[in-house]
Amino acid sequence: MIRVIKEKCTGCGLCIKVCPFSAISKTSDNKVEIDVTKCNLCSACISACKLSAIVIEREEEKKDFSQYKNVWVFAEQKRGVIQPVVYELLGKGRELADRLRSQLWAILLGYRIRDQAQELIYRGADKVIVVEDLLLENFLDEPYTQVLVDLIQKYKPEILLAGATTIGRALVSRVAVKVHAGLTADCTGLEIDSEERLLLQTRPAFGGNIMATIITPNHRPQMATVRHKVMKEAKVDSKRKGEVEVLNYDGKLGSRTKLIDMIDEVGKTVNLAEADIIVSGGRGLGKAENFRIIEELAEVLGAAVGASRAAVDAGWISYAHQVGQTGRTVCPKLYIACGISGQIQHLVGMQSSDIIVAINKDPEAPIFKVADYGIVGDLFEIVPLLTKRFKEVLKR
Amino acid sequence: MKIIVCIKQVPETTNVKIDPEKGTLIREGVDSIINPFDMYAIEEGLRIKERLGEGEVIIISMGPPQAEQALREAISMGADSAVLITDRKLAGSDTWATSYTLARAIEKIGDYNLILCGKQAIDGDTAQVGPGISSWLDIPQVTYVKKIRQITKDKAVVERMTEEGFDVIETPLPALFTVVKEINEPRLPSLKGKLRAKKMEIPVWGVEDLGLEDDKIGLNGSPTRVVKIFTPPPREKGMILKGQPQEAVDKLVEKLKDVVIR
Amino acid sequence: MMDYLLTEEQQMLKELAHQIAEEKIRPVAKHYDETQEFPSEIMKILAQSDLFGVYIEEKYGGTGGGVLDLVLVTEELSRACGGIAICYAASALGTYPLILFGNEEQKQKYLPDLASGKKLAAFALTEPNAGSDASAIETKAEKKGDYYILNGRKQWITNGGEADVYVVIAMTDKSKGARGATAFILEKGMEGFEFGKKEDKLGIRASTTRELLFDDCKVPKENILGREGMGFIIAMKTFDVSRPGVAAQAVGIAQGALELALEYAHQRHQFGKPISSFQGIQFMLADMAAELEAARALLYSVCRMIDSGNTNVSKESAMAKMYASDVCMKITTNCVQIFGGYGYMREYPIEKYFRDAKITQIYEGTNQIMREIIALGLIKELHKKK
Repeated sequence: MIRVIKEKCTGCGLCIKVCPFSAISKTSDNKVEIDVTKCNLCSACISACKLSAIVIEREEEKKDFSQYKNVWVFAEQKRGVIQPVVYELLGKGRELADRLRSQLWAILLGYRIRDQAQELIYRGADKVIVVEDLLLENFLDEPYTQVLVDLIQKYKPEILLAGATTIGRALVSRVAVKVHAGLTADCTGLEIDSEERLLLQTRPAFGGNIMATIITPNHRPQMATVRHKVMKEAKVDSKRKGEVEVLNYDGKLGSRTKLIDMIDEVGKTVNLAEADIIVSGGRGLGKAENFRIIEELAEVLGAAVGASRAAVDAGWISYAHQVGQTGRTVCPKLYIACGISGQIQHLVGMQSSDIIVAINKDPEAPIFKVADYGIVGDLFEIVPLLTKRFKEVLKR
Repeated sequence: MKIIVCIKQVPETTNVKIDPEKGTLIREGVDSIINPFDMYAIEEGLRIKERLGEGEVIIISMGPPQAEQALREAISMGADSAVLITDRKLAGSDTWATSYTLARAIEKIGDYNLILCGKQAIDGDTAQVGPGISSWLDIPQVTYVKKIRQITKDKAVVERMTEEGFDVIETPLPALFTVVKEINEPRLPSLKGKLRAKKMEIPVWGVEDLGLEDDKIGLNGSPTRVVKIFTPPPREKGMILKGQPQEAVDKLVEKLKDVVIR
Repeated sequence: MMDYLLTEEQQMLKELAHQIAEEKIRPVAKHYDETQEFPSEIMKILAQSDLFGVYIEEKYGGTGGGVLDLVLVTEELSRACGGIAICYAASALGTYPLILFGNEEQKQKYLPDLASGKKLAAFALTEPNAGSDASAIETKAEKKGDYYILNGRKQWITNGGEADVYVVIAMTDKSKGARGATAFILEKGMEGFEFGKKEDKLGIRASTTRELLFDDCKVPKENILGREGMGFIIAMKTFDVSRPGVAAQAVGIAQGALELALEYAHQRHQFGKPISSFQGIQFMLADMAAELEAARALLYSVCRMIDSGNTNVSKESAMAKMYASDVCMKITTNCVQIFGGYGYMREYPIEKYFRDAKITQIYEGTNQIMREIIALGLIKELHKKK
């Protein structure tokens, strides 16, 4: 339970300011008290208190996890192709495995997929476990969960990493409950505390306003999902050698759900997630037809087109393009925001972009606070000029 | 047809600001709202009931006592009833402990055909509780549902959103779906709904009512734990490029051209 | 805003209307103002939220409130768009004659659909030659067996063509003068009942205004409201309870404009300061705020008077309408002034409030007629004392 050590507390109130849940208040004797019904035990106050006057007391029993070893990466595949995020996980996984002085394994599920295992070894895996079954050809929640749970129970990995993709998130959440493991989603940072053999998982919270570091001290494996383009891809070393173990389930897998069809949406060229450059339009555009201005700039730059929620809600562009809290989170090399004011819900979707450019006629627009470069002006004037100038410079 | 919708009350991040000097969160008078993605789940539950011409939509939420407000809001949209799960012992639950608790509550209600959840909560952003619940209940799950093509008491055919488009999945019921924004447009509360919500009795269940095991709830039941909270390094102050439009544009292109040339 | 000691239900109602206004109406107000399209989508949303029945008895499907409830909704909707708000409020104008004078069969037949918002209503009195002088109407209704045959035309009818239910005042006996008119219930689709072109208006452009044309239109005698000869009485009594609706629209429009102007004054910097720090602007804002609050307080008091069962309300109802609409015109004019040059540009939202405001001084009785009613009311009271 969380507790204020009254003798140490001076009532400075720093904790009150940082509490995201307004759970702390001043008492009549100039100390602070915490309302446990509001407190979420997020530890922000503990970090803020300079006098260590707030503590969280837990029942701690150190468990023996010496049987658990190795770092695993779930090698997600779609239609027989290993997803790029897997190579990024292998890159990070290698680092983690080296720190722990253990091995890096890749887990590959599919049908007639074993020849993909070699690439995983070139990318840093010491061993690849391949599980082949017709039912595993495409992702189905239940058989994938069953296989992963069985493997975990048999081989006892210390750490399991997966991509924070549609598949990854659905799969590992289900697995985590079954194996009673701790799971942290969308990590932006993974480090090892080698003394305790703990995986330090860092991720944004409150829409990116705050970063939290999370650990799973008493449960194994320590599981985490990581978004695409957050970690660096592992390089290919075609001289690497590793072990490949192929398992099959002899028809012992079942699935209550059935995959009837897989449909690609034609013309869904958005792929905001992959784009290195994104040009976004917001309320300042005024009407649907004006997205043309954004599209022209995007075309010259080879960029994807994004939009703020205001533009999507107004029906000017489809939801697939929405960047923000209830849309997509992106982190391209370059994000150009045109006619977007920069409300926090939009910022949380793009503020980790490498370079942010803002064009808005309102000098007070919040977007300028996060922009690396800004132009205060009429986007209807500026953006076409930008398109023209880039065309000249890039000779496109 | 019994549909249970799991919702969460979250802080409305519009008013969350960062103190520019200290870089800490200022949370003055921030409102609490129903997690936006859960609104779509509630709406879908109501639509399924309308589609089938019969059924019951029950809303549940695990949270502090003030989460009752969120439940009443859901009832004012047209839900039939609600249950609040709250207990001091539940404080500090991570997604593992939360999904355990909600699963037990769902079992207590019993006899359900469908569980609906929003894709993720905007404060935690983990998207883990939905699949966690279906794991505990050992029922099939489909995440990121963007459309329910067909549905009866025993079976459903749905579209699951993927990065490339969507999959079409058939599943027996009971099952759990997490839904995305594309599935519908949530309705506003109605006046009659609001009046009904005001009068409705909402049962409150705690640890004892649900027979929850101590080592699976709250702080002690949570495998994950936060050890540090810090503010991300602030972005360095940017520059406004001044001058006439053409001048400013030229300056900008000069700065960006190396980034853009791949 | 002052605390008007609203009941919890009324507070809930106000919040719901506010939510709809902000989330659904405000984003599309400019669109409907430009295209003059009828906002059917918004009407559907209001219907779904049970707002059409706030002043209708529960037994007919409403929520059993009164004029104050209708006014609270109208005011909130008007803050976002006076034009869309009047589509809602004008339906009440067409429904009140049924509530006040309808017999049980008529109420059972029409009120449920009006309460649910499935159908809209409209009220038709004005003609090309009969505006303020309502007794000069020329639309005739001739009795023929079990029917009345209507011939003539009505002008500038709000919700004309969109509504399904119409209360039409026509002359049944010219010789009886003020006792010679009768109120009829007509339905869209009746033979001989057509609509003229949609009017192109200065303001409240989201509201549809049309001519109604009667060419040997057969109306069954069961559709008479009250009795033959009661036409003008029905009209007057209806206006007594519907005028607060216009006042509500005016108060809402003024409130919306004032909020925009206040925010603008705070943001706009001239001479190194926000213009809200200049006394000239401050005094304007202060005057506007006080007058608006006075208009609102008068309006709510009149509503409470009506809802408590008082039927002798013509003078007070006219005061509320007259005062609120005059204040609204003044406030919106000053708000445009505060915006300066930006106030004149259609790109900015304030000029719409100014255009929408004007009609409130004109329809449902011009403010000149309102003054007559008030004056006559005062004189009547004076005579009574003697």
